[in-house]
Amino acid sequence: MPERPTPRPPTTRRIPISRRDFLKVGAAAGGGLFLEFAVPSAAAAKVGVASDVAFSPNAFIRIDRRGGVTLTMPQVEMGQGVYTSIAMILAEELDVRLESVTLEAAPPNDALYSNPVLGFQVTGGSTSIRAFWMPLRRAGASARTMLIGAAAAGWNVSPASCGATDGEVVHSASGRRLPYGSLVDRAAQRKPPESPTLKTPKEFRLIGTTAHRLDTPDKVTGKALFGIDALPPDVKFATLMASPVLGGKVIRVDDVAARAIPGVRQIVVLDDLVAVVADHTWAAKQGLDALNIAWDDGPNAHVTTEVIFDQLKSASERAGVVAKSVGDVAKELGGAERVEATYHVPFLAHAPMEPMNCTVHVRADGCEIWVGNQVVTRAQAVAAKITGFPKDKVIVHNHLIGGGFGRRLEVDGIAKSVRIAQKVDGPVKVIWTREEDIQKALYRPFYFDRLEASLSDAKITAWKHRVAGSSILARWAPPAFVNGLDSDAVEGAVNFPYEVPNFHVEYVRQEPSGIQTCFWRGVGPTHNIFVVESFIDELAHKAGKDAVSFRRNQLGRAPRLLACLDLVASKAGWGEALPKRVGRGVAVQDVFGSYLATVAEAEVDEHGEVTVKRFVCAVDCGIVVNPDTVVAQIEGGIIFGLTAALHSEITLAKGRVQQSNFNNYRMMRINEAPKIEVHLIQSDEAPGGIGEPGTVAAAPALANALFAATGVRLRKLPIDRQALAAGKAA
Amino acid sequence: MIELRINGQLRSVDVPANVPLLWVLRDVLGLTGTKFGCGIAQCGACTVHLNGNAVRSCVLPIGSIGNRAITTIEGVGATPAGASVQKAWLDAEVVQCGYCQSGQIMSASALLATTPHPTDSDIDAAMAGNICRCGTYVRIRAAIKNAAQIRAARAKDAGGATDA
Repeated sequence: MPERPTPRPPTTRRIPISRRDFLKVGAAAGGGLFLEFAVPSAAAAKVGVASDVAFSPNAFIRIDRRGGVTLTMPQVEMGQGVYTSIAMILAEELDVRLESVTLEAAPPNDALYSNPVLGFQVTGGSTSIRAFWMPLRRAGASARTMLIGAAAAGWNVSPASCGATDGEVVHSASGRRLPYGSLVDRAAQRKPPESPTLKTPKEFRLIGTTAHRLDTPDKVTGKALFGIDALPPDVKFATLMASPVLGGKVIRVDDVAARAIPGVRQIVVLDDLVAVVADHTWAAKQGLDALNIAWDDGPNAHVTTEVIFDQLKSASERAGVVAKSVGDVAKELGGAERVEATYHVPFLAHAPMEPMNCTVHVRADGCEIWVGNQVVTRAQAVAAKITGFPKDKVIVHNHLIGGGFGRRLEVDGIAKSVRIAQKVDGPVKVIWTREEDIQKALYRPFYFDRLEASLSDAKITAWKHRVAGSSILARWAPPAFVNGLDSDAVEGAVNFPYEVPNFHVEYVRQEPSGIQTCFWRGVGPTHNIFVVESFIDELAHKAGKDAVSFRRNQLGRAPRLLACLDLVASKAGWGEALPKRVGRGVAVQDVFGSYLATVAEAEVDEHGEVTVKRFVCAVDCGIVVNPDTVVAQIEGGIIFGLTAALHSEITLAKGRVQQSNFNNYRMMRINEAPKIEVHLIQSDEAPGGIGEPGTVAAAPALANALFAATGVRLRKLPIDRQALAAGKAA
Repeated sequence: MIELRINGQLRSVDVPANVPLLWVLRDVLGLTGTKFGCGIAQCGACTVHLNGNAVRSCVLPIGSIGNRAITTIEGVGATPAGASVQKAWLDAEVVQCGYCQSGQIMSASALLATTPHPTDSDIDAAMAGNICRCGTYVRIRAAIKNAAQIRAARAKDAGGATDA
């Protein structure tokens, strides 16, 4: 079968250097220059781990004798263009052509490949470029300096009289040039520079220019291999039905009819799921449909969305853990004119286009896994735990990801597949039907928010925000859940950009019955920015001010955000007349290290049906590595956020998820998609994250536009068309 | 045994006539470029051509195909419309995760083969059956228009040939 290799970093002969140095350099096995470098761990610092630890490299660069450059790194390509952007950063400082850089996916190894911001091997949180930006540039610049040094020594000239371009060292006075490949072995013997000189933004020739994506050509010809495309020799195909209620168990299975279906080979019955193994997926699906399974629904048999809503609503009436507090909110709110509101947002499924799947071969002496996942070390660890094999006997072939959006930060599907594969002789590909993918998943939490604010002279004098909801971090990264505070649940609420003298944000943890929660594109800010920017709009209306000027007047401490707001207002024609029933709404945000201001334009008909006409977005995400990728991520992020705002809600009845496929869990389609204009602001600041901000911007800008069109304030998602129909046209 | 004409080749498969083409392509013949997304003809990830028309292979029993020509993403580059769509997709950097794009390209190629200069509403009608979760719709629309121009220019160079 066609299969992605699982590369391993080459062994090296290391030159010992001080442990405080950021770079190790040596000769690569088989010739060439080998660099190991470390990316400092912000997450480690955040949770109190000492930063002054021994040098532990987590990324590797090899330059071979033909001048080829290979970077081994842990980030996964899932459509965000990271393989191209990271290659651009290295090619820039190393002064090689982009085509000469090859990226290799790293095998699972937390010690080697931890994401420096998150602390273990993971792609997520819009962190890839932010984490690798400086370390990769320093490593590239060091290698360039050593290659120049090697050439200059050979020519007996000063290194300062030499330069580098397109993979060659050039001595301009004499016109002599040598390709990197001929210098690598000598360069490997040199001492790395103590502080390599980085290029200034003016000297960039790749960063900031649009490069074509490196992963795309195979994706237009059908050659690209996703996890679901793995076909190890003699693979069988399976599909499964897990308990329809979380925590339920199988009582008994009648499989007579299923066994009679041609192609069905085996029925696997585990305590909480049943799978049918067959010659092809269709036979497995027919077999599953023919089973008669009796379930014990267990303790969650009576859970409904209403039960969960009541749990959250009463939780929101309790005092929470203080996330941030400035001034005296209680005093100020007690005296002044007060505005109050509650908001809530629903559970959401991720529904990536590639349904959950995992191919597993459990042998007597080890286990092999083919999957596309954002957390490969966790995939390996869960398989090791289930099978009892040591981790090094679990081989994970990670693949391209057909949509992650947070769903592939979980390994529940891998665990189920390994348990099924333990009962099967030979490799088995387990594919979730779309119904199984939507109904037996982990979901974006349902949040309930309570807000209060006071105004004086069209300025906010006090702001109080209490968030009630599930803690994803407490389950997913327990060390990051400190003193009862989930920093993700309040992200976008605590980093409030407006000037306000009295400010207070609290978090109340309330785990819902019968449903598990996990990250969803845009994470905490997707919920919080909707709530904050909607409530800001309410305050602007209360103050009788225009939504842009109300914000402008209170963004004095946030000049980059203010610049975005001014740009978007001008590009969107803010204030210009609009037809009846059409409204404009604005939202601003400072999350993931990037600043965005967004204006939505939407129309509401007399039935409350919404047409999203236009989105205009001004973005300051610092230095832009690949501008076209940034624009694409904002465009796609907005569509992803709009889909949820317009259509998406996971509900429960009798403990069961009621949505099942794209007919009743709707996605935005091309005929509904608005025009999207993205304007990038030139900046020399460090790069910010860009995979998630667009998703965050969609709902608040839309809801504010719908208010402008109808006078109806939407305090819950998805948008309520009946409420809009009852509103009067603006 | 059932015989199928796939990308110009005759293939024999030993599976029941009610099996949808999608699973025969993917699981039996190893042509994994055609994707599974929903199983109920709601998302378009499994789109292939039958005599040049876009169809959802997840609900198409192989016994109903007969000798009609099946074209998949692996073979569509050999048609003028398919080649121009693939080029336009790369030029416009349409693709993100890429999983739905086989189906998008098959739907777009079938559209261009019959409608050389599609309007926005032609594009909506032909492409609304294809979901993209990454949200590449803005670029799909632009790329289809570019593909129409690429194809027209190539047809002109080739002396006015207008085959699909």
